[in-house]
Amino acid sequence: MNPDLVILLTAVLVSTASALLGSFLVLRRMALVSDAISHAVLPGIVLAYWLSGGKATLPALLGAAGSGLLTVSLVEWLTRTGRVKNDAAIGIVFPALFSLGVLWVSLSFRNVHLDLDAVLYGEIAYAPFNTLELWGLSLPESWLVMGGLALLNLLFVLLFYKELKLSTFDPSLAAALGFSPGVLHYALMALVSLTTVGAFQSVGAILIVAFLIIPPATAYLLTHRLPALLSLAVGIGVFSSLLGYLLAVWMDASIAGMMATVAGGCFVLASLFSPTQGYLTTRLRRRQQRLEVTARLLVTHLAHHQTPVPEEEIREEFGWDARFLQQVKQKALREGWLEASEQGLTPSSKK
Amino acid sequence: MELLSQLFIDYTLRNVALGSALLGLIGGVLGAFALLRQQSLLGDVLAHAALPGICLAFLLTGSKTPSLLLLGGGLAGWVAALGVLAVLRHTRLPQDAALGVALSSFFGLGIALLTFIQHNHQGNPAGLDRFIFGQAASLLGSDVLGFALLGGVVLALVGLFYKEFKLISFDPDYATSLGLPTRGLGILLTSLIVLAVMVGLQTVGVVLMAAMLIAPAAAARQWTNRLGRMVALSGLLGALAGVAGALLSASRENLPTGPLVVLSITAVVVFSLFFAPLRGLFWQGLRNQQNRRRTELERLLLDAHLLANHGRLNPEELALHRGEPLPKARRHLDFLKAQGWVEPKEGGFQFTEPGLQKALALKETLRLRS
Amino acid sequence: MNPPPLEILDLTVIYREKPVLWDVDLAIPEGRLCAIVGPNGAGKSTLIKAALGMVPKASGRVRFFGQPLELSRKRIAYVPQRTSVDWDFPTHVLDVVMMGLYGRLGWFRRPGREEREAAMEALRQVALSDLAHRQISELSGGQQQRVFLARALVQNADLYFMDEPFAGVDAVTEEAILRVLEGLKAQGKTVVVVHHDLQTVRDYFDHLTLLNVQVIASGPMETTFTPHNLERTYGKQPLLELEGWAKPEQAWNS
Repeated sequence: MNPDLVILLTAVLVSTASALLGSFLVLRRMALVSDAISHAVLPGIVLAYWLSGGKATLPALLGAAGSGLLTVSLVEWLTRTGRVKNDAAIGIVFPALFSLGVLWVSLSFRNVHLDLDAVLYGEIAYAPFNTLELWGLSLPESWLVMGGLALLNLLFVLLFYKELKLSTFDPSLAAALGFSPGVLHYALMALVSLTTVGAFQSVGAILIVAFLIIPPATAYLLTHRLPALLSLAVGIGVFSSLLGYLLAVWMDASIAGMMATVAGGCFVLASLFSPTQGYLTTRLRRRQQRLEVTARLLVTHLAHHQTPVPEEEIREEFGWDARFLQQVKQKALREGWLEASEQGLTPSSKK
Repeated sequence: MELLSQLFIDYTLRNVALGSALLGLIGGVLGAFALLRQQSLLGDVLAHAALPGICLAFLLTGSKTPSLLLLGGGLAGWVAALGVLAVLRHTRLPQDAALGVALSSFFGLGIALLTFIQHNHQGNPAGLDRFIFGQAASLLGSDVLGFALLGGVVLALVGLFYKEFKLISFDPDYATSLGLPTRGLGILLTSLIVLAVMVGLQTVGVVLMAAMLIAPAAAARQWTNRLGRMVALSGLLGALAGVAGALLSASRENLPTGPLVVLSITAVVVFSLFFAPLRGLFWQGLRNQQNRRRTELERLLLDAHLLANHGRLNPEELALHRGEPLPKARRHLDFLKAQGWVEPKEGGFQFTEPGLQKALALKETLRLRS
Repeated sequence: MNPPPLEILDLTVIYREKPVLWDVDLAIPEGRLCAIVGPNGAGKSTLIKAALGMVPKASGRVRFFGQPLELSRKRIAYVPQRTSVDWDFPTHVLDVVMMGLYGRLGWFRRPGREEREAAMEALRQVALSDLAHRQISELSGGQQQRVFLARALVQNADLYFMDEPFAGVDAVTEEAILRVLEGLKAQGKTVVVVHHDLQTVRDYFDHLTLLNVQVIASGPMETTFTPHNLERTYGKQPLLELEGWAKPEQAWNS
């Protein structure tokens, strides 16, 4: 099979599976929990390799996902004790578990195929070489794993869409209506853990955070409707994967790293140009609106005076510098609210 | 012991131990402020974001001098921090998502650049990836000297601006009302954390740096309710964990220093969380249990007193009244007897004089409490 | 005549395209207890924060005793909302009160014995001297409020700003705050308080500013606290609940 195709489809599946879950992580303010999970599954993965003698089997992977859930529970327990805040709890738990994993790797896997680079950024380029025989076809393993996970996540989001939406935006109402936010929460965390473990071979344990968080965060800047956010997040994830792959091949650099970089680029563009929240767009719009508001302010103020008011006096009174007064004045003149004369400014008689 | 004596002889071990100790000290002192300003994970973001800076510094200069590379890393961390601030100020994105985006996109770029360098550069460009997991064993005497210098700068600045840092960590709005340059002081603290990260990258690496800023402070917080002591203790615990990690890693072949330093400080955190005198969870659990026991005992005494007033204090009636199995009721009565509060009489038990007084006193306090 | 302690001219504050304060003109007379009252979102806290330079102004000028803010910092004390800080911070009561002296101490100097004594005196005024060495996480809401009050008192300012000091406090604290307000008034100081309770505002203060994005009315309590002004500030409904006015149905009956 065409290796490019194998890699690309794998990447598309990884981004789809991640963006679906990541959208809810971003909305539930749990983005950094995914960072913690992605680091903390390392000891689980090492355990899986150890148990299965170097071959990733399904039960072993489930066990690895369990260590992700363990992380979440540990962080939540630490926060509940009230001794440390949530972000500190995250920062204590994941380095500890990751250290355990690294230590274990360097103690027992010196010569086994599990090097730490792969932990960091995976090797999606190897995807074409791992194939499984199924129905007489030789299919890439990554397609089966990530395809299964993408399907599972999609089903989860579709089946529990209503419950997820409610428990994300109004957890107390959800509890009052009898949905159990706790169960849903842990189901979501379990799927995040599974997806992290599943994507481990392709994009590595740490860069999966980029796939989980960046596309949904980018979509968040562009829309506030949940269906739009979900589809935009998937779209941005897939787009970043495709462009990232092309750039990686061209530069001969890490594929997963390049995909994360492109996703980051998308985020930067959205944060600058998003029609609703972009830095440059709002700056421009706010300037216009502020000018309009202050022009109205100036005109209302002048209406209290019987005679034209000299510009000097206005500047004095409002504490404006000359340039700003000129801008406000121009705006008011353009709108026809103001008349300027030798003696100073008066509100337009028409209004 | 043998290891300790080696500390003074072995050049590499001494550098590793001193380097880790200095990192623990700097990270601990600054982490205390980061923790209280609820910016714990800022260090994590700064560390991850340093990677592309290191790679760019190498690409631009071709030099492998650690200080130059780390300077690039520090600058990149700075850019990431400013980016996060700008995004938070101008959009509605929650803080955790902004941090997550900065962390993973900078790290992705770093990985891309790192692999690009590895694949496209002749010679031996390896060595850049040592910043990811840290490579304390590669520390030279000159590096340690540099750390000591940075550490001195950090401690001096924290000492000079201690009261201002305290105020902006506790109540930034009020600090502004006093005329303090709150934003400038915040930027200064963040810059110092960037310095700490630069020290940490060589020793524990990008991924584990977060722990060096958070864990010592979180541990120290459990032991004291005073900021000054917390900052000092945090630095001390960090330094001790650094030395412990270095010694542990020297005890066997192939043990990486960074993870062992992190695990040492984590052990300190766990111990502190459970056993620190004021806030320890173990003591709290003990207190809860004692309270529960006392309430149970009080309820038993009142129940028994009620039954005795009706002349029906015997195991069967007690079991019925309290809804508990008969053997348990027998044990309860035996317990009351052992305390000398009840004594057997025909067909059951009756209260003794001390027991009666105890029960009446309890009733009185309960009446007052309610 | 002395320039007023606080004079605001044409102050407009815009937050995310929406005016929070609109063309506010306000002069606070010296030596009075002044309440700023208005519905939620009326810009009460913003008014104080903008005056103290914590919020950017779209337009306007603020003068304290005829001087700009930078020259009058030492004459101004600010009591923020109690809920604006994390009370699990590792410090004790006396230490928080001494923070009030950091501005006067200047850079690099640590508080010493003199500062400690000033802080103890301020704690006495709010009846908290017993708790001087208490860890601040162990305080009740009312005690927290009194600590903040003491921190402002220790500044020995001429003009005090307090943001909702009566919000959610116990009777003892309410009593203590009132005593402090009286004491400040007796010393001829000026106090500006953001207040939310229409029931008590008449009894506690002698000058009233009604605010709802714009200044609706500002002046001595007797002439400003009128049904007409309140209706213009709040709309119609809450006024009927107030004591002291005949309820409409009673008026109907009589």
